[in-house]
Amino acid sequence: MFTVLADTFPSWYKLDIGSWFDRLIPLLVVRFGWLFDRVTQDLLWVLNGLERLIDLVPWWVQVLVVFVLGWRATRKLGRGSLYAALLVLVGLLGLWEEMNQTLAIVVASVALSLVIGLPFGILTANSRRLTAGLRPLLDAMQTMPTFVYLIPAVMFFGLGKVPAVIATTIYAVPPVVRLTSHAIEQVDLEVVEAGRAFGASRLQLLFKVQIPQALPTIMQGINQTTMMAVSMIVTCSMIGARGLGLEVITAINRLEMGRGFTSGLAIVIVAVLIDRLTQGWYRRGPKLEEGRP
Amino acid sequence: MTAALLQVQGLTKIFGHGLEQARRLLAGGCGKDEIFRRTGATLAADDVSFEVREGETFVLIGLSGSGKSTVVRCLNLLHRPTAGRILIAGRDILGYRREELLELRRRRMAMVFQSFGLMSHRNLLDNVAFGLEIRGEAKAARHAKALQAIDLVGLSGQEGSRIDALSGGMKQRVGLARALANDPDVLLMDEPFSALDPIVRRDMQAELLKIQARVKKTIVFITHDINEAFKLGDTIAIMKDGRIVQCGSPEDILYRPATPYVQEFVRDIDKGQALSAWHVLRRLPLPAARPGGGQTEVGDGDFAFVLDEAGHLLGWSRQGGRGPAAAVAVLTPAVTVDTPLRELLPLLVEGRFADPIAITDGSGAFQGYTTGNAVLQALV
Repeated sequence: MFTVLADTFPSWYKLDIGSWFDRLIPLLVVRFGWLFDRVTQDLLWVLNGLERLIDLVPWWVQVLVVFVLGWRATRKLGRGSLYAALLVLVGLLGLWEEMNQTLAIVVASVALSLVIGLPFGILTANSRRLTAGLRPLLDAMQTMPTFVYLIPAVMFFGLGKVPAVIATTIYAVPPVVRLTSHAIEQVDLEVVEAGRAFGASRLQLLFKVQIPQALPTIMQGINQTTMMAVSMIVTCSMIGARGLGLEVITAINRLEMGRGFTSGLAIVIVAVLIDRLTQGWYRRGPKLEEGRP
Repeated sequence: MTAALLQVQGLTKIFGHGLEQARRLLAGGCGKDEIFRRTGATLAADDVSFEVREGETFVLIGLSGSGKSTVVRCLNLLHRPTAGRILIAGRDILGYRREELLELRRRRMAMVFQSFGLMSHRNLLDNVAFGLEIRGEAKAARHAKALQAIDLVGLSGQEGSRIDALSGGMKQRVGLARALANDPDVLLMDEPFSALDPIVRRDMQAELLKIQARVKKTIVFITHDINEAFKLGDTIAIMKDGRIVQCGSPEDILYRPATPYVQEFVRDIDKGQALSAWHVLRRLPLPAARPGGGQTEVGDGDFAFVLDEAGHLLGWSRQGGRGPAAAVAVLTPAVTVDTPLRELLPLLVEGRFADPIAITDGSGAFQGYTTGNAVLQALV
């Protein structure tokens, strides 16, 4: 009689989107299997190539590169040496190989994120409607727990590096879209007007005025995207990506606290190095075009 | 006088939504405030018409919100007018196709902005060369032209500077050089000196006059400073609430204000600065130059002036039976038609008040004279 006043939410109807999803995924796998296979193969080819390329570089060259980049970014020799020493530490911890595997996945994910993210950032900067349409999607990509799309990713792309890169990209792409869009919108109105007043076409305006002016902020977006890709290292290892993340997972499974700490430390070092080096890049400001005739 | 290079006819610009309704209200005779209240649309320019002759500096002046910046942005279609026509050399640019419009902006019109609109990712030289780069000129050619423009604005030797390292005055010189490098027919200047310190502003005004004397561009100049308008303008149009309330020569505006608003506006004018000797010149009928023809004498009953064959003044005498018949040596230093009245005041104090002040043109040829009385009358 007083059911209306009962304090539980009525259970006679359940909106069962879960079972729709359960049915949708296999359907997609069957229907578009050829497409996913194709993407998997191509991506795997690129990833393996990248890994081999990184392996090809002698360890001391890597250390040297980090030293030079660190020195150039901060203009301090001490900083460059510190960064190089940290990298050597990873090798001393016995995780050099794992670090390179992780690096390959991060680099590939960031590259894919930029290839997708930069054009979308540019497009949304010039269209309010597209911004409004894309916004909930970006929000969802950033807030949806990653484990939720890890499993479908495995169904589509199998185990290993490829789903890891796809999942990382989904998670890491929003900042570069948002910050690119924001950066272009924030370019001084009179500077844009000046570009138009001197007869710049749309593309000229974009490439000669808006993007160069927005570059520091765009670089910030790239930095954030990179850091988010790094933060996916451990999660990706759950679906079979090798590298530092797998060390952590293994350590957890076997309750090897020392091993866990060691690999955790290596991840921290990698993250800090990537962050500092990419930050130095945009903090330094854009280089001036050579001026004298 | 040369023909009008730029003609603006019935230019109207409404910003915001409800354009159709705003247009109907406007046609029904509603004012700016009423249109805004009923539709939320802003009537920024209302039936603005004017003509700019070739080589002339046309100044649009008004308080902020009067629509002057909107009008100047309509001239190169940064804003597309709601109604009206804009004719350049007789052709309506509103009918231009996109490529024609880009060509117009690349070759025939250039703009200078209030906050400079310079690009911090380029150095000084590449900022000046921007317009040339946009229209596809090769690097060597555009740099050569840019260097000329940089020289014209007095920034030679600074080509490699970063924009951030420049002062406000230097930045606006760069902005001016960028516009001049394009060698446009029409130069649009949107409050170019308003963001500068007073002293720098005065320097820049003088600099612009000097440059304009050399390049003789057609300039549409926007300002809210009445003294700047009088210093630079050949023709001045005063705007209020999107309409031009009076358009005419500086003397028209000063001596024949059309409305109380204009009167209020010109009250702040520093007449000693705004008016020049030209305004008080008593012109004399000058004989044609006669090389080898010896001395001539011109007069108007009060004074007589003796000129050499090139038209230069040798001396003067008082007529009407009072003064000496013989010519007296010229006592005043060169006063040209462009000398501000303020600079004549010391002459009145130093010389004898009743003596005439001879006025010459730029080349030193005698044009006529003025008197202390005339100068004081003009200043009151």
